[in-house]
Amino acid sequence: MSKNIAVSVQHVSKDFRLPHERADTVKSLFINPFNKNRKKFETQHALRDISFDIPKGEFFGIVGRNGSGKSTLLKIIAGIYLPTQGNLRVNGRLVPFIELGVGFNPELTGRENAYLNGALMGFSKKEVDVKYRDIVSFAELERFMDQKLKNYSSGMQVRLAFSVATILAESDILLIDEVLAVGDADFQRKCFEYFRRLKKNKKTVIFVSHDMNAIRDYCDRAILIDNSRVIATGTSAKVAREYDKLFLNSSEDVDSKGKKQNRWGNKALRYTEVGCDPVVTIDSKTLRVTTKLRVNEDMDEGLFGFSVKNSSDVLVLGTNTQLKNKRLKNLKKGEIIELNWTIPNIFGDGEYFINVSAETIAATPCDWWDEAAHFRVAKNTPTGMITYPLMELEAFRNSERI
Amino acid sequence: MSRIVNAFQRLKAKYRYSLILLKQLVITDFKLRYKGSALGYVWTLLRPLALFAILYVVFVHFLKVGSSTPHYAVYLLTGVIFWNYFIEVTTNGLSAIVGKGDLLRKLAFPRYAVVVAGSLSALINLAINLVVIGLFMILNGVTLSIDSLWVLPLIVELFVFGLGVAFLLSALYVQFRDINYIWEVVLQAGFYATPILYPISLVVTASPLVAKLMMLNPVAQIIQDIRATAVTSDTVTIASLFHNPFASLIPLAIVIVLAVLSMIYFKRRSPGFAEEI
Repeated sequence: MSKNIAVSVQHVSKDFRLPHERADTVKSLFINPFNKNRKKFETQHALRDISFDIPKGEFFGIVGRNGSGKSTLLKIIAGIYLPTQGNLRVNGRLVPFIELGVGFNPELTGRENAYLNGALMGFSKKEVDVKYRDIVSFAELERFMDQKLKNYSSGMQVRLAFSVATILAESDILLIDEVLAVGDADFQRKCFEYFRRLKKNKKTVIFVSHDMNAIRDYCDRAILIDNSRVIATGTSAKVAREYDKLFLNSSEDVDSKGKKQNRWGNKALRYTEVGCDPVVTIDSKTLRVTTKLRVNEDMDEGLFGFSVKNSSDVLVLGTNTQLKNKRLKNLKKGEIIELNWTIPNIFGDGEYFINVSAETIAATPCDWWDEAAHFRVAKNTPTGMITYPLMELEAFRNSERI
Repeated sequence: MSRIVNAFQRLKAKYRYSLILLKQLVITDFKLRYKGSALGYVWTLLRPLALFAILYVVFVHFLKVGSSTPHYAVYLLTGVIFWNYFIEVTTNGLSAIVGKGDLLRKLAFPRYAVVVAGSLSALINLAINLVVIGLFMILNGVTLSIDSLWVLPLIVELFVFGLGVAFLLSALYVQFRDINYIWEVVLQAGFYATPILYPISLVVTASPLVAKLMMLNPVAQIIQDIRATAVTSDTVTIASLFHNPFASLIPLAIVIVLAVLSMIYFKRRSPGFAEEI
């Protein structure tokens, strides 16, 4: 392996054998040692032929939907799972950062937990000693280190765990899972500050996230995993775009597999197209959602609605044709209806989902489709601050408008 | 050449991690042992003391068993304490991997470290108990000689045996969750099949063959040898039973073979622990 490569993943595959009936008890082994049923298992291919290299000093993103296999890949890189096939080579010391506070014990004091957690990550008492002050001050827990962990609030526990991990783990290679990015705004800010510092210090970082803004902001390169395979590699912007596309095209086939019940109704009316710009910058004034429907049965009157929710499942806005005084009466079978909505861009940066609905005027759902489309509002400023489009600024110098 | 250096460094790094972890796990275990109890560490001394009092009252005062054996109370205490150590080592080992399942799924630390840590914790406990035994020996007028140092290699033998069983049980337990109940029964049976509370001479008079088979059990051999070297020479050992000074090599061989096989088995199974737990 070349000296400039920090992590090399070559043709890695991982299969999980999921037995239908586990030989969990010795009894089943003794009673039926040759029963073929016992050997029956399903093979689940969590990863297939994954290959990539991460050069030293790169901030490398791994993205994918839930269940795509990225957590398995993470565990293989961390050395928790062995790959079924292929090779993993790590050049340097890798500190996994998959969960905070692994091994924390409520009966021990904050200090004792810091040392225990450090030891679990492979840091000796001496190494922790050197950085102990930094850990405590970063966590802002000076007065509490000799109290038992069970008397800590959950926020204090997270702070301690995070600072042990971040202060200690200034090693060659860091593996960071998105779980880090949970917590209140203050904590998030600290996380992102920390990422910026890592990037400045040219650490090799493997970063797994759903948050495409974070991927775009911090990662040099990324890979996209879907259905156990790498489906895109390249710059983080390109991979993030591919990730967004995945959501735009996926609703229908996710539905047909029955994985997610996000579309229902009697199909008398049926959406055939729901589209919008996948990425909107925060300073664009409006965004447009285009929909197309087919009428499958004659109908007195149809009612069409539309709403936007954010990634925490909270509705942001919504309206329908009746409220907008567009009545659609006497619908005939075979008709095509196009409805194009223009909405003001009142959104902060983040992910948003579009729900559409079509129902009869008597409120019988014909096609109710949650998360029919998806768009992302991206910030376009380098400051890292969120700027809202509707904020106006008037500025004066010595009473003169500038 | 650089490959050798590289391999050596990797080896060093590997054991460095294990040692750091081992140390911290043992310390943590020690700290947590008597957390919440009013007397705390005093219990480590009080437990063997109370045990001694019970044995003395029951066996020396009322039952008057083994009244022919000198220092019978200390003789009993020695057996009980070493047997308790064996129980602790193996039950610690049994649950070492499964009990740390949460950790195993999240970190790639060397798996064997948690098993060894469990055995070391039990060994520390044994050492404290031995201090108490030593105290009673002096009070009881047991004369110790330089030969009594034979106890040390015997403890090493017992440690290796316990560790071997711990490796085997911990790996088996991941797959077969019945092992803990089975092991409980085995320990119960073992307690009566080992000359702990009764003198082996009783068995010898009944059936010399059964006595010989019983002494092939490494724990029985070790306890009797320790009693012979440290408490009283008036003890039936494997050597005196087989009329062969090298008879103890048989249980020793059992210990070594079992330990090696268990470690191989553990090593082979350990990469899959995170998935199977």
